[in-house]
Amino acid sequence: MQYVYYPGCSLKGTGRAYEESVLAVFDKLGIQLAELEDWNCCGATAYMSVDEHRSFALAARNLALAERQAPDTAMVVPCSGCYLTLNKTCHIVKDYPEIAQEVKTALDRAGLEWKNRVEVRHPLDILVQDLGLDTIRQAVVRPLKGLKVAPYYGCQIVRPYSTFDHQIYPTSMDHLLEALGATVMHYPLKTKCCGGSMTGTVPEVGKRLSYILLNEAKKREADLMATVCPLCQFNLDAYARDAAHAYGPVNMPVVYFTQLMGLAFGLSAKQVGLQRNIVSAMGSLKKFCSTGAAGAAATAK
Amino acid sequence: MNGGNGDGDLRIGVYVCHCGINIASMVDVEKVAERAAAMPHVVVARDYKYMCSDPGQQMIAQDVRNHRLNRIVVAACSPLLHEKTFRGAVERAGLNPFFFHMANIREHDAWVHENRDEATTKAIDLIRAAVRRVGHHKALERRTVSINPNVLVVGGGIAGIHAALKIADAGRRVYLVERELSIGGHMAKFDKTFPTLDCAACILTPKMSQVKDHPNITLWTYSEVAGVEGFVGNFKAKIRRKPRYIDEETCVGCLECIEACIFKEGKFPDEYNEGLSKRKPMYIPFPQAVPQVTAIDPETCLHFKTGKCKQPCVSVCDRKAIDFDQKERIEEIEVGAIVIGTGFQTFNPTDRLPQYGYKILDNVYTALEVERLVNSSGPTGGEVVLRDGSRPRAVGILHCIGSRDTKTNIWCSRVCCMYSLKLAHLVHERTKAEVYNFYIDMRAPGKGYEEFYNRLLEEGVHFIRGKVGGVTDWAMVPEEEGRLVIRVEDTLGGFVRRVPVDMVVLSTGLEPRADADDVRRTFNISCSTEGFFLERHPKLAPVETASDGIYLAGCCQAPKDIPDTVAQAGAAAAEALALIDRGEVELEPNTAYIDADECSGCKSCLSLCPYNAISFIEEKKKAEINEALCKGCGTCVAACPSGSIIQNLFEDDEIFSEIAEVLSDV
Repeated sequence: MQYVYYPGCSLKGTGRAYEESVLAVFDKLGIQLAELEDWNCCGATAYMSVDEHRSFALAARNLALAERQAPDTAMVVPCSGCYLTLNKTCHIVKDYPEIAQEVKTALDRAGLEWKNRVEVRHPLDILVQDLGLDTIRQAVVRPLKGLKVAPYYGCQIVRPYSTFDHQIYPTSMDHLLEALGATVMHYPLKTKCCGGSMTGTVPEVGKRLSYILLNEAKKREADLMATVCPLCQFNLDAYARDAAHAYGPVNMPVVYFTQLMGLAFGLSAKQVGLQRNIVSAMGSLKKFCSTGAAGAAATAK
Repeated sequence: MNGGNGDGDLRIGVYVCHCGINIASMVDVEKVAERAAAMPHVVVARDYKYMCSDPGQQMIAQDVRNHRLNRIVVAACSPLLHEKTFRGAVERAGLNPFFFHMANIREHDAWVHENRDEATTKAIDLIRAAVRRVGHHKALERRTVSINPNVLVVGGGIAGIHAALKIADAGRRVYLVERELSIGGHMAKFDKTFPTLDCAACILTPKMSQVKDHPNITLWTYSEVAGVEGFVGNFKAKIRRKPRYIDEETCVGCLECIEACIFKEGKFPDEYNEGLSKRKPMYIPFPQAVPQVTAIDPETCLHFKTGKCKQPCVSVCDRKAIDFDQKERIEEIEVGAIVIGTGFQTFNPTDRLPQYGYKILDNVYTALEVERLVNSSGPTGGEVVLRDGSRPRAVGILHCIGSRDTKTNIWCSRVCCMYSLKLAHLVHERTKAEVYNFYIDMRAPGKGYEEFYNRLLEEGVHFIRGKVGGVTDWAMVPEEEGRLVIRVEDTLGGFVRRVPVDMVVLSTGLEPRADADDVRRTFNISCSTEGFFLERHPKLAPVETASDGIYLAGCCQAPKDIPDTVAQAGAAAAEALALIDRGEVELEPNTAYIDADECSGCKSCLSLCPYNAISFIEEKKKAEINEALCKGCGTCVAACPSGSIIQNLFEDDEIFSEIAEVLSDV
């Protein structure tokens, strides 16, 4: 199996741990990822609201590059923002010929051609649908036994385009985490808003939304939250202290689902970037991180 | 009378119908009649306001006599509607009824065009083609075949029960085939019925017993129709009778075997109680089951699973009714008519609408589950309690689950508003809980229904207009802790509410059974787009199907309540009786036949015939069509490589002359 890999800005910046763990986990599973050469901004959030058409052109350039680099190969997009923007561009261009023409003119000037054939897919989709839970289960060497995880999907990977999971109550990550041996909690806020970019623009609202998610996971006695989106992770991790200051103490680590996969597959904490968390997850993950005979024995208990 | 006057000079009459203003507003009917009068062989052409009316038909008959007409063309509506009418008129006038052709200038012309001149020209073209065609028509004879007076009723819910009793009371033999272990269907699961709050069991069980005791009814439960062949009046059906491992004739329903079963307690989900209680492998579906015969579920019975059971059930059965070796049997029957009453299934919200928390949150129930909870023979003896045994203080009833939504089922299921009111009343009465109904629109169109709604308003049940967005156990405020919170936009208040309750009832809609399409194929009937069985005409033939002799009753045709189901079942019974009491049936002569001299014996047609009407005669190496089975679909005619299959009323010269004439101006 091989795919083109589109990192987007987050995975090279605040979401480095996501990139490190995605690459490590895919490598461990024998899936090849080739980073898209000369990629640019996906056209997300801010740009999309300022000038939608230019945003589509930006996204289309990435899609055109992907088709040129590896025809008929799907593109893996871990960031939910990028995933939505790229998918949205595919849909809009298909449905609105006049926008398609504008995008084509822009790409023509750059000497690029895009046939709207490349599939934009999320790593969760690929791991669950293409690879399958059985294969994942077989790769587990350190089952995450006893780890209570609140699965948090955020909004963008299932809305509005629910290509691989239910729009309102997705379950694919639940099944994946169970395959790793973890205890997956019933978490009713799994697709509720993390605060999005409002943590920057209207902090009172953004912080409050983040706090609701963290507090609910705490009330349900989760050890940590697992997410699929770098913006969710950033909001819930980086603003946790502000939120706690405003609304009450809450200590809830938030990690990427791929970081948990990496640990279960026997990778070290560093290999999956766990040291980058602001709210440390090591309290509950330490026992799955240690290496050597002592660690294995500790896990076996 | 002169039934075969096809030879000699053609003398054609053309009749152009105004159809009130349906045709006349878009087609210049006077001009059309004028132009028709000048067409070759046309002796007389007239236009008239309603050609299908009595005076219209008499006008045709009079012209036939006065002008010695021998061919008739009527330009009016679709032949589906009135071909029979006009053939009858032609026949009464003394002509062979097939010396007639109909030009459709309503559905194919007036109703679909906006330019009067063009529509008028089209009408003239269509009539010219019909005039040319009718000259090629031949005199045909209708065949009659006798009708088997027995009736097969499929499905033993209230629809099938009612239809079977009506037909049996009229003195005819009925075979009632039910898939489950007992008849009774969904109605047997209900506690009360709206709007009168009659006890469902009290009104249903006497009818169930009547079925069992009726000398004219052969009841086969735990059985399915495996195949149907034949045609109106002469169906042959194969009934698969599944083994229940109990001899039905011997068992008296003492239930001692259940008591004796090696499983001391029920262990497996009880289907009748919607899985809310447990049953043993040896069981009877419910106390009033008909027949009162136990059954063994081989999936869970220790004997079938391991072969190592001590079989206490066998030793306790004095009558030796238990038979582990019972095998599936096939019964073959012949009937003249079939009534289909296979019912519906309720919408399953588990995967399709997870936002309502069914199977995720403990105290979210479907309405059918709550029907069992309020029923005194149900899993809690009629107590409305939560999973932990406590009484709910507040209950939310969510209407339209799976209905009226393009993402699930688009139709209104018709019964949910009313059964929601009924459950609201019963739950409120038994628990004194606050009951909230969340509705999109209240639909109470029926005798006493609006009055029942008003009664509920008086009783203090709350009504909130708004489609519920979701049910969650996420508490925002302390009062919501440990409860279910219903999130809804109150569209009358204009704000979003969070309503904390202890129990949520999902009023799930009705949909076609998962295997409706297989059933449809077995009986060679049609489904409408949503999958319910299709009636022949939505207004004028609501229980007939496109297949003669097969009738529909109850929710397999569309969602409906018990009164409507019983009314329709009665109508289906009446149709079946009307058919078989005729004693014989006339078959349309538009069948195909094979010119044996031309047939090359290639067998291409054999597999194509949807009615199995074609057989291959090995000695002659020729195909042959059984005209009694042929429905005149024309598939074989089009497919025959040697052109040796001919279809009455669709012969080459008839069709080609029509095409040539309609295209002659182009």
